[in-house]
Amino acid sequence: MSECFRVENLSYSYPTEEGAAPHRALDHISFSVEEGSFVAILGHNGSGKSTLAKMLSLILFPDEGSVWLRGRNMSTDDITEEDVLRARREVGMAFQNPDNQIVATVVEEDVAFGPENLGLPPEEIRRRVDEALAMVGMTEYARHAPHKLSGGQKQRVAIAGIIAMRRSCIIFDESTAMLDPVGRREVMDIIEKLNREEHITVLHITHYMTEAVRADRVIVMDRGHILMDGTPREVFSQPEKLWAAHLDVPQTTELLYAMRQHGLDVQLDIFDPDECASEIAAAISRR
Amino acid sequence: MNLDITFGQYCEGDSVIHRMDPRAKIIAVLLYIVVIFLAKSFAAFGLLTAAAVVLVLLSGIRPRIILHGLKPLMFILLFTVVLNIFFIKGTTLLFEWAFIHVYLEGVFNALLIALRIVLLLVSTSVLMTYTTTPIALTDGLEQLLSPLKRIHIPVHEFSMMMTIALRFIPTLIEETEKIMNAQKARGADFSTGSLIQRARALIPILVPLFISAFRRADELATAMECRCYTGGEGRTRMNVLHAHARDVIACIGICLLGAGVVLLNRFGAYMLSW
Repeated sequence: MSECFRVENLSYSYPTEEGAAPHRALDHISFSVEEGSFVAILGHNGSGKSTLAKMLSLILFPDEGSVWLRGRNMSTDDITEEDVLRARREVGMAFQNPDNQIVATVVEEDVAFGPENLGLPPEEIRRRVDEALAMVGMTEYARHAPHKLSGGQKQRVAIAGIIAMRRSCIIFDESTAMLDPVGRREVMDIIEKLNREEHITVLHITHYMTEAVRADRVIVMDRGHILMDGTPREVFSQPEKLWAAHLDVPQTTELLYAMRQHGLDVQLDIFDPDECASEIAAAISRR
Repeated sequence: MNLDITFGQYCEGDSVIHRMDPRAKIIAVLLYIVVIFLAKSFAAFGLLTAAAVVLVLLSGIRPRIILHGLKPLMFILLFTVVLNIFFIKGTTLLFEWAFIHVYLEGVFNALLIALRIVLLLVSTSVLMTYTTTPIALTDGLEQLLSPLKRIHIPVHEFSMMMTIALRFIPTLIEETEKIMNAQKARGADFSTGSLIQRARALIPILVPLFISAFRRADELATAMECRCYTGGEGRTRMNVLHAHARDVIACIGICLLGAGVVLLNRFGAYMLSW
């Protein structure tokens, strides 16, 4: 498999008022992401996860180190605006607040906004818009006004707008954070589908453990560093480490951990409630 | 505050007029205004009134909505009528008391001017505001004005700003309500006190509203950039406007109406003085 992203020794500090010590949002971070994978980036507020997303989508540029996109270094001095634009055709970004990413007053026109910017012929735009709306299950709302939709629906429209541009990689910057549980589930299902069925590389930035569990790989960030990096099973079987970074663990892991503390012989890396129940039942019967 | 400003006075419908190309509608309205100002005689105004009735019938908009739309005009109408009746000098004196002289010509003039104002409002609102969404109007204007791009007038940018403004009106109204409720919950009072006190009470609403609007604008700009927006250059549209036969027919029809009006101006006992 080839490499989609690579960051090397990445550092970034937000400009601060004079006299104040600069706050280092990212501190010498290195990792790479394979094409077609589903990576969740977890972290507490201020851990640098959103800054990282902005680096990868070329909204911010690093102070030190480099961002590589498909084998191309995007952090050298000779990167022109055109190179950035070309890169943006490959990397899509969905933001936290759906209200602030919808441009048009009609759902389908908003989905068409990206393809229109690419200068595609009208029939092609039409085809992509219909396809994208069908993929997020919003076809029946095509002619609706966005402000009358629910948060989850708005976010789905925003995602359709990215799908319609046929990006091979999409970064979701806390796209589920402002949604209610129903909306969150809808959006998560779409994100998962995009990765599994359309083979789009997904970077999902979140602070919900239940969402991170659905990824292939979890990167945990803490104060600008990478704290842990591995499969969900590897990461969540070390609850003490996560708690130390002020993060929760999935409820099943928390329960199993507490049971293990009391001497019950159970595995920690189980995230499905039913599996968790049978694991506990099996452990009790073993006693 | 359940106003739906985004759609202005737009009345949902699927009439011939609703389906017209917005560009044709803009041209038609401009022509129509010229025609209305050409009319001078009672006969010509009769023809225009008939045309307005046909327009209303074609648009399928309920007359009650149109009459309701005329309400804000009442004061201006009354004012022009009174002014015309008392100040136009003519030959046939109808009524005289102290310094007031009312001539037949004044009454006629008043009637025709009032009719002209009503016709202007009815026909433009039926052709445009009641049957066209603000977005369609913006698109139509952008395309009609696109030749101005050659002399470096940022037509696309203006229309983009209009679209975004329309898009964010409901969002900002919602936000204003939220802030007002939050301030009320802290004991703010917006409904009592003198005018100045009430205006001052609005400051704690406006400040957070502005801050949030700027933050939204910033986020929207980033989101638009991430969707490869670089301005109007090299951009295509999904919905291309198509002029149909009906659009051309409508514009020709209005020109014919103008010819009829000019013709009928010759046959009239009384002619409007201006």
